[in-house]
Amino acid sequence: MEILLASGIGVLTTAGTWLLLRARTFPVMLGLTLLSYAVNLFIFSMGRLAIGAPPVLREGVERYADPLPQALVLTAIVISFGMTALLLALSVRLRYDSGTDHVDGDGGPNR
Amino acid sequence: MMAMLGHLLVAPVVLPLLSAAIIVTLGDRRRPGACRAVSIGSCLSLVLAAVYLLGWSAIGQPVAYPLGNWPAPYGIVLVLDRLSALMLLLTALLAVAVAWFAAGGWDARGRHFHALFQLQLMGLNGAFLTGDLFNLFVFFELLLIASYGLMLHGGGARRQRATLHYLVCNLVASTLFLVSASLLYGVTGTLNMADLSLQVAAAPVEDASLLRSAGLVLLVVFAVKAAVLPLGFWLRDGYASASPPVACLFALMTKVGIYAIVRTCTLMFGAEAGGDANLAGEWLVPVGIATLAMASIAALACRNLAELVACLVVTSVGSMLIGAGVFSAQGLSAALFYMVHSTFAVALLFLLAGEIAHERGALGSDLLPGPPLQPGHLAPLFLFAAIAVSGLPPGGGFIAKVGILQGAVDGSWTASSWMAIFASSLLVVVALARSGSMLFWRPLGSSVTAAFAGTAAGLPRASAGPSWFLATALLLLLVCARPVQQFMDATGAQLLDPAGYVDAVIQRDLIGPPDLIGPGTDRLRTRGGVPEVAAPAAAPATTRGARGT
Repeated sequence: MEILLASGIGVLTTAGTWLLLRARTFPVMLGLTLLSYAVNLFIFSMGRLAIGAPPVLREGVERYADPLPQALVLTAIVISFGMTALLLALSVRLRYDSGTDHVDGDGGPNR
Repeated sequence: MMAMLGHLLVAPVVLPLLSAAIIVTLGDRRRPGACRAVSIGSCLSLVLAAVYLLGWSAIGQPVAYPLGNWPAPYGIVLVLDRLSALMLLLTALLAVAVAWFAAGGWDARGRHFHALFQLQLMGLNGAFLTGDLFNLFVFFELLLIASYGLMLHGGGARRQRATLHYLVCNLVASTLFLVSASLLYGVTGTLNMADLSLQVAAAPVEDASLLRSAGLVLLVVFAVKAAVLPLGFWLRDGYASASPPVACLFALMTKVGIYAIVRTCTLMFGAEAGGDANLAGEWLVPVGIATLAMASIAALACRNLAELVACLVVTSVGSMLIGAGVFSAQGLSAALFYMVHSTFAVALLFLLAGEIAHERGALGSDLLPGPPLQPGHLAPLFLFAAIAVSGLPPGGGFIAKVGILQGAVDGSWTASSWMAIFASSLLVVVALARSGSMLFWRPLGSSVTAAFAGTAAGLPRASAGPSWFLATALLLLLVCARPVQQFMDATGAQLLDPAGYVDAVIQRDLIGPPDLIGPGTDRLRTRGGVPEVAAPAAAPATTRGARGT
């Protein structure tokens, strides 16, 4: 379980970083999305892994999942969703206003 | 009555939020006048509230305001101490100038200027007041998302490109912020900054390296916001292309990063943090020196007044890091004085650059000979702001720089700090003198001027009032330098002694009526009393259980 989660976070971060360093707006946006997935998993794992454990107090239950990271993840998801939407809108607008999807807007060497 | 005044602590967050809602409801296309009135009214009320809170904070110990009256380590607290009150007043005063300037016509260049502006103020005030790390993240996101909208205000491909860079840099920084905050939570089991300060100090040795890396990642995040050297290349284009009132407000944005760095290093990883104390001690001053050097050299290379002022923002960041990085009372106090002074001076220069660009029409604020500027307030105010920002003797910047030089004596980088500050002052003076003489003393003949005549019509009329307002603030800062310096000295001393802050939060110096504080909330803090899966001790059992299934 730990190895699965840890390598999942690692793969997402690697792919996200690679995409983030691309020169076109769409890969950059995908990279940021992958990075935010990785971070969400990371926050989740910081509450320790507990399978089938309830997050709220209940009669006769010994093991609990930590509810706070779950709340934090929810906030982080909402915020990164909003930011991604803004980034998407901005990229599309930039594409139409400057005629290219290059992040520096000048088309790069291939144009 | 006292209870009501106690609730004033939350006003700097709630008031701009309400104003933003009212402005959106009014609609800035249908009733632009009413929107401006609400926005300026909100800013003026914020000044009053901030003055009251500053007086309150100056009386004694920090005050905690538990939101919803949840006790401290579990609920979210707002904390008012001298530093946060100072930042609130600075924000409110700058906001008045920005709203006033924007009401001169810039706000009509795009939609929802005042609503975004009020939301940005809410984010800024919240970030200065909050005593909870995750809440700080949320307020950072609030002020950032409003700032993206503001930076785009007015439109155009250049602004969109600069905003895209700014947006991507800050999104990566936010990602790192989440990593750091959750790592701190994973190790200590708390996100409350005062409680973190206790938990970091009490953490076992084997957690020290984890805590240290979390703290350093946090500093990287704040360094992105503060535009410290290797992480600040988004700033120049972004600030130079933003519309003048927005750039004026952004003069404060890098200071949020500095504020957060100071808070992290003095409170969460303060002197009592054991093995994690002095978290970035060896790094802040050299990084500040490098930032200062790079920005001063870049200032010489600028071909546009707005770009030059953007470089000056970065030089002020470098100077503040040199002052604050020593973490002596003297250095912190000088850095804070410098922060207030440079914020006003740079904001004034941004407004003047906007006015100059307006008068020169298509030439903008490019440093090229152009049509002669109208005689009036522009030249004297530019001279005044240039003296202030470069730290020449009659200005308040001189007092601040002397303070930083004195503070640097306590550190291990004295010689380099002194050299960097002197050299950068010289370079800034040269850059400003060159741009001033180009703009004011080398006008083209009237035949060329006629060619530019029609072009100014497209730009909104700038008004001189806000510039005079900021200049008056600078002058007052100079005249009242002694009481201000005394306040800063006390602020520096309070920052270096976080015990008062921690006591205010953890002892739950509640402001609300005492009968609302339930009896059960008293000893919730004892860790054994709650089923704590978050506590590191419980972790091995949980993970082992997970592996079994």
